[in-house]
Amino acid sequence: MNSPFFKFNYFGMDVSLILAFAIGIGFGFALERGGFGSAKILAAQFYFTNMRVLKVMFTAIVTAMLGVYFLSVFGFMDLSLIYIGNTYILPQVVGGLVLGIGFVVGGYCPGTSVVSVSTGKIDGLVYLAGVAAGIFVFGEMFPLIKNFYSSTDMGSLTLPQFFNMSYGFIVFLVVIMALGAFAAAEWGEKKMAAKKSEANS
Amino acid sequence: MTSLTKILTHAFEKHEGHVHIKTEAKPYSNPYLVGIGLGLVLLAAFVIMGRGLGASGAISTLVAAGVDKVAPSHAAGNEFYKEYIGDGTTNPLKDWLVFEVIGVLVGGFLSGTLAGRVKKGIEKGPRISSRKRLFYAFIGGGLMGWGAKLARGCTSGQALSGGALLNLGSWAFMMMVFAGGYAAAYFIRRQWI
Repeated sequence: MNSPFFKFNYFGMDVSLILAFAIGIGFGFALERGGFGSAKILAAQFYFTNMRVLKVMFTAIVTAMLGVYFLSVFGFMDLSLIYIGNTYILPQVVGGLVLGIGFVVGGYCPGTSVVSVSTGKIDGLVYLAGVAAGIFVFGEMFPLIKNFYSSTDMGSLTLPQFFNMSYGFIVFLVVIMALGAFAAAEWGEKKMAAKKSEANS
Repeated sequence: MTSLTKILTHAFEKHEGHVHIKTEAKPYSNPYLVGIGLGLVLLAAFVIMGRGLGASGAISTLVAAGVDKVAPSHAAGNEFYKEYIGDGTTNPLKDWLVFEVIGVLVGGFLSGTLAGRVKKGIEKGPRISSRKRLFYAFIGGGLMGWGAKLARGCTSGQALSGGALLNLGSWAFMMMVFAGGYAAAYFIRRQWI
């Protein structure tokens, strides 16, 4: 069997939209289970009181990364057919920084705000309106920032290519890094909880 | 006796116009298990579609379609909008990410309902008014929307999907998201703690 299925024309455009809806249900379900419909839980990541964002995100990245790696190693998946966006390093660094500030100011990211709306959060709805406004402003000023937007194009570039190491070794490093981050997160949470109970007593 | 109290409180809640079922909200699931579940959903997207998940892209499509509706010639003259509107042969809303995000809405509601967590309200810390919180929500959303467009994706499209594919730009982006969040957290702490 060859995957990705869509690229091998196992089904057409209309079916892909139904699958998009189904995959979205799984995505939304998982985000809500994780507590990501709540801005308080998401924001707690940035005060070291609840590290769920880091734990869920890195576990998800590691799971999907290992899946992609082993499926391609065993020949079930053609990695070259998976869409990887080009790296535009400067705009992505600046965009990431602005987005990170927006994360802690607004309390959500776009995906989690959709979940917050589905579970009745008014601030999530206002946040989504803000996202739309931000995109509109970006669209209106696009002629002005187009040059910066398309600057520092490094093409399609992965970490193994950039560091000139094997794919498997980078996968291994990311797993080790994630395990280290989980240990640090658990330790930090305990530390913060102890500090809090000390302050209350 | 307890069931009687339950019925009574339930009746009062209905009287006040709440339609949701008021049971005790269940605690959130183990983050590592949720992460594995989310990772498998992402892997399914790779295997089935050959692409990752997303969120801000769907909102971009809605914004571009809205601009196109109100001012078609203005939208047609703007490269950014044009990319989302397409060549006019198909409806721009017939888009993979738009359908995926509708699914997110349904999936979130399903999970929230099963756990008794669907409840109208505003998420904020104890030291800030609701009005101020909504103001910050709008501003934060605006920064997020603007930043996501500059970075060519948000936490779903870049950090999660690009991260799992070991995309260099996605990893640089992810580090900067955490850097920006931690840098701004101190100044906005009254909102949350």
